[in-house]
Amino acid sequence: MKYLHLLWANLRRKKTRTILTVLSIFVAFVLFSLLVAVEHAMDMGVSVAGEDRLVVRHKVSLIQLLPESYESQIEQVEGVADATYATWFGGIYQDPRNYFAQFPVDPDEYLAMYPEFLLSEEERAAWRETRTGAVVGRGLAEKYGWKLGDKVPIQATIWVQEDGSRTWTFDVVGIYDGAEQGTDDTQFLFRYDYFDEARGMAKGEIGWYMIRVEDPERAAAVAAAVDARFANSAAETDTSTEKAFVQGFAKQVGNIGKMMAAVLGAVFFTILLVAGNTMAQAVRERTEELGVLKAMGFTSRQVLGLVVGESCLISVLGGGLGLALGWALVTLGGDPTGGALPIFFMPAPQVALGAALVVLLGLLAGALPALQAMRLRVADALRRG
Amino acid sequence: MSTLVRAAGVSKDFKRGAETIHVLESLDLEVRQGEFLALMGPSGSGKSTLLNLVGGLDRPTRGVVEVGGTRIDDLPDRKLAAWRARHVGFVFQFYNLLPVLTAARNVELPLLLTPLDKKARRRQVATALEVVRLTDRAQHYPRQLSGGEQQRAGIARAIASDPSLILADEPTGDLDRKSGDEVLAILHTLASDHGKTIIMVTHDPLAAERADRTLHLEKGRLVEQEVAA
Ligand SMILES: Nc1ncnc2c1ncn2[C@@H]1O[C@H](COP(=O)(O)OP(=O)(O)OP(=O)(O)O)[C@@H](O)[C@H]1O
Ligand SMILES: [Mg+2]
Repeated sequence: MKYLHLLWANLRRKKTRTILTVLSIFVAFVLFSLLVAVEHAMDMGVSVAGEDRLVVRHKVSLIQLLPESYESQIEQVEGVADATYATWFGGIYQDPRNYFAQFPVDPDEYLAMYPEFLLSEEERAAWRETRTGAVVGRGLAEKYGWKLGDKVPIQATIWVQEDGSRTWTFDVVGIYDGAEQGTDDTQFLFRYDYFDEARGMAKGEIGWYMIRVEDPERAAAVAAAVDARFANSAAETDTSTEKAFVQGFAKQVGNIGKMMAAVLGAVFFTILLVAGNTMAQAVRERTEELGVLKAMGFTSRQVLGLVVGESCLISVLGGGLGLALGWALVTLGGDPTGGALPIFFMPAPQVALGAALVVLLGLLAGALPALQAMRLRVADALRRG
Repeated sequence: MSTLVRAAGVSKDFKRGAETIHVLESLDLEVRQGEFLALMGPSGSGKSTLLNLVGGLDRPTRGVVEVGGTRIDDLPDRKLAAWRARHVGFVFQFYNLLPVLTAARNVELPLLLTPLDKKARRRQVATALEVVRLTDRAQHYPRQLSGGEQQRAGIARAIASDPSLILADEPTGDLDRKSGDEVLAILHTLASDHGKTIIMVTHDPLAAERADRTLHLEKGRLVEQEVAA
């Protein structure tokens, strides 16, 4: 630590160069923070998907509906512990940009299927008693300032009511919490019985079924058995694990993830060159000074340490500030898409990865110049003067 | 007085491509403790080379170099660095202060290699600056100092960790007469009052006169008396 002032002094030597280098590292790490948060947000849906849950959809496409009557048949399939259903409502709250998922569901069955949605007993009871009742995630409620007892109008885009009305008004009777940080707390759930009675078309049909299997090991066999059951019927099914289902949803997302990794890789390679060049120049300019230090009795290792230390200091300055700002933007600014990425935060492993990259950058950028400085023979270094 | 520096049968060859240059050839040198020795000789005669060997910055091709009873010609690099830190101080023609550090911080540099704590280091820096009469310039940066002041800071740095041997390569070579005289006076005091052993390379006969003894380097050997040019 007694060498710190020396490192600092060296950074002040070429202020513009130091600032530019620190700035480029800073920008790279802000970018890194945002991209890992986005990437993680997109990935999260896939990784939180239950291992023991299957999704049954229409064989032709997700848009095709399935009969409500399939539930009891599915539950008869060997290995199925429980089944329930949901439907894509796709309504708009105030503005089309306010994006969040709305599902008509069977309250008790849905909550049983998703134990990670935590709802109090009183609120469960209120939902059972209120036909127009809706239960919303904590994140969603906070975003729109909804409280228990609020009326929330949703404009239908698909499901016009029997009387021709497009406006569905729901009463907020419950707010659920996610059991884990990664749990989606932006769903808007309301009662299927109310929905089915009021809708003007396709009564008795639902979007997809969720199945809980008794033994996750046998999930594939159960899925095949379910599809076999409805083979050659009017509405054939396609059953997959929830993970695969979400992954299908996020197919493009996977590619985006790869693209982002490529972009980050390119960015890091670039700042490595920038920082490495800065250090190489610094060492070249200071050949004589390094020679003097060695003459004084600084060992080759100590000189190496000074160069690497300086390189790490630059990296920690830029990277530390970059990660801090990135973290602040992600944490305080929240989802930049306004709803498309409900789970938006910088997870601890990614923060640690960022910190590791900062140190790695410092070490790598300083490595070659430091070796050069270390190998410098004192007599030669001093002769250059 | 005892001998501090002893070089015996020292040769130094440099390879330049296929050619080998014999700079020093079985040279002998003895310098007493507390002696102020001037080293003269034509350019390229090997004065700096000899200083480097005595200061442990380079190794002889053949021969023995002993300082304070320690053979330094066969010390491994790390030990040699530690030895330099404890026993030698270098003074350079162009001062070679770190431009980004104040005079005081420059003087402190060699002390960073010692186990001294901050307070002790500060005390020692103050003492060294006092010896070269630069106390009032302690917080100035090299570019704010005159050449003579920079060289005095350079001397303070060389003596900060209290080494017994001081090696100065043309310390007045870049100074005007007055500043040069001040520097020589300080070196003289270091030898006479503080018991430092000083080897100073110089081209200036007047500077050499301040020393206790002058040696001339000619064709790789040392001679006491002036050789007619
Ligand atoms: N590392 C080296 N490689 C090759 N030749 C060298 C090296 N160091 C010194 N020499 C040669 O050795 C000879 C003596 O050099 P040295 O620097 O010791 O001379 P000097 O007496 O100090 O000269 P000056 O008065 O100009 O400083 C010169 O011919 C020089 O070119
Ligand atoms: Mg020389």
